[in-house]
Amino acid sequence: MKKVHVSTTINGTLKEFLCDTRETLLDALRDHMLLTGTKEGCGTGDCGSCSVIFDGDVICSCLTLAAEAEGRNIETIEGMAEGGELHVLQKKFLEHAALQCGICTPGILMASKALLKKNNNPSEEEARFWLAGNLCRCTGYDKIINAVLDAAREIREESDGV
Amino acid sequence: MKYEAPETIDQAIDIYSKFNGSKKILAGGTDVLVQLRTDIVRPEMVMNIKKINSLHEFCIVDGYWKIGAAVSASKITKNTAFISEWPGIAEGVGLIGSTQIQNRATLVGNLSNASPAADGIPALVAANAKVEIVGQQGSRVKDVYSLIEGPGKLHLSKDEFITHILIPLQRDRSADCYLRFIPRTEMDIAVVGCGVNLSVKNQSISSAKIVLGAVGPKVIFADEAAELVLNSRLDKDVILKLQRMCEEIATPISDKRGSIRFRRQVAGVLAKRALQKAYARALEVS
Repeated sequence: MKKVHVSTTINGTLKEFLCDTRETLLDALRDHMLLTGTKEGCGTGDCGSCSVIFDGDVICSCLTLAAEAEGRNIETIEGMAEGGELHVLQKKFLEHAALQCGICTPGILMASKALLKKNNNPSEEEARFWLAGNLCRCTGYDKIINAVLDAAREIREESDGV
Repeated sequence: MKYEAPETIDQAIDIYSKFNGSKKILAGGTDVLVQLRTDIVRPEMVMNIKKINSLHEFCIVDGYWKIGAAVSASKITKNTAFISEWPGIAEGVGLIGSTQIQNRATLVGNLSNASPAADGIPALVAANAKVEIVGQQGSRVKDVYSLIEGPGKLHLSKDEFITHILIPLQRDRSADCYLRFIPRTEMDIAVVGCGVNLSVKNQSISSAKIVLGAVGPKVIFADEAAELVLNSRLDKDVILKLQRMCEEIATPISDKRGSIRFRRQVAGVLAKRALQKAYARALEVS
């Protein structure tokens, strides 16, 4: 089977890989790029654990062909902390104990990052609807939502120069 | 599996029509990828159409809202001019899946998948929407209702695919609405859906279309019920008759999401509520 050559930007760096046409972006990230922070849950777009940011939009990498990544800009959980400094969402998830087993966490962090970039003052309801496609089976959603809303507060305070 | 990603519509027509094996169009991919990964389909070729600029069009052309096959659901639900004109169509599109799915899924894909429970279809049919189809013989326009053959099937020949949805501009003093019933609040498949499009004159309904989803192999026009509400202001006796008519015209199946009896009853209730909501909207804009 002829492989497809893909060059794409992942977390700000231009990367190249060869993939089978049936492989998903999730397969490419984990198996070719060895970026195993992105997790596979259901593999059918229901659970959101494979969420990545694709040209600015949060998507399920399990529902995207690897070949579609050609020329695109992809952000994964590995690019979230900068220079050893955790992203405010990551800090707040730790502070609020918003994770237990951690399988859903990378996806929820990426989806939350996309939310706060679009709206740094979401209501609780908006945050819950936005994250409805991210399932968590151990922590429960209250701590996660509290962490996201607290991170939003901090982002607002920083941008207000407080 | 061959992967193609043409950059012009002419290239796409050439590639797609000349390929004789099994093939799938990849727009948002939220249905196709699941089918692919679970071996429900094993196409020999997949053609990604997202690199074709004209399929990202979302604008008014010659009296129609033109929505390209590559336009994502979230682009539709963010377009305030479109939402204010066709709130019901936007409601249906907005109900499809999560944030992640909305960013990829397309309305043309929802139509092409032709699920009896598709949330995107009833309001489109109620709005008398059409599709633009291209193939080896050139392009043609067909209305959405007659395009659908049955579950998962469209009346398209092997060389053809849909490029755009064409939605007529909404008339004056008119509005639409889409409602669905699911047992939870988010992320579920319609047990029953109902799209309504109506116009009012002197506070009475002057034209109406009622379209039921998920209660038959394809969407059902409740024409007798629509006729009944003409010249009315949706008074109590009209509503009661209307509900009964919608219950009778529905031909649902019993499955894990609802029994025949339950689905019939909900069809009546949703038709009532969708009519009331569209009516209130139409009065607001008139």
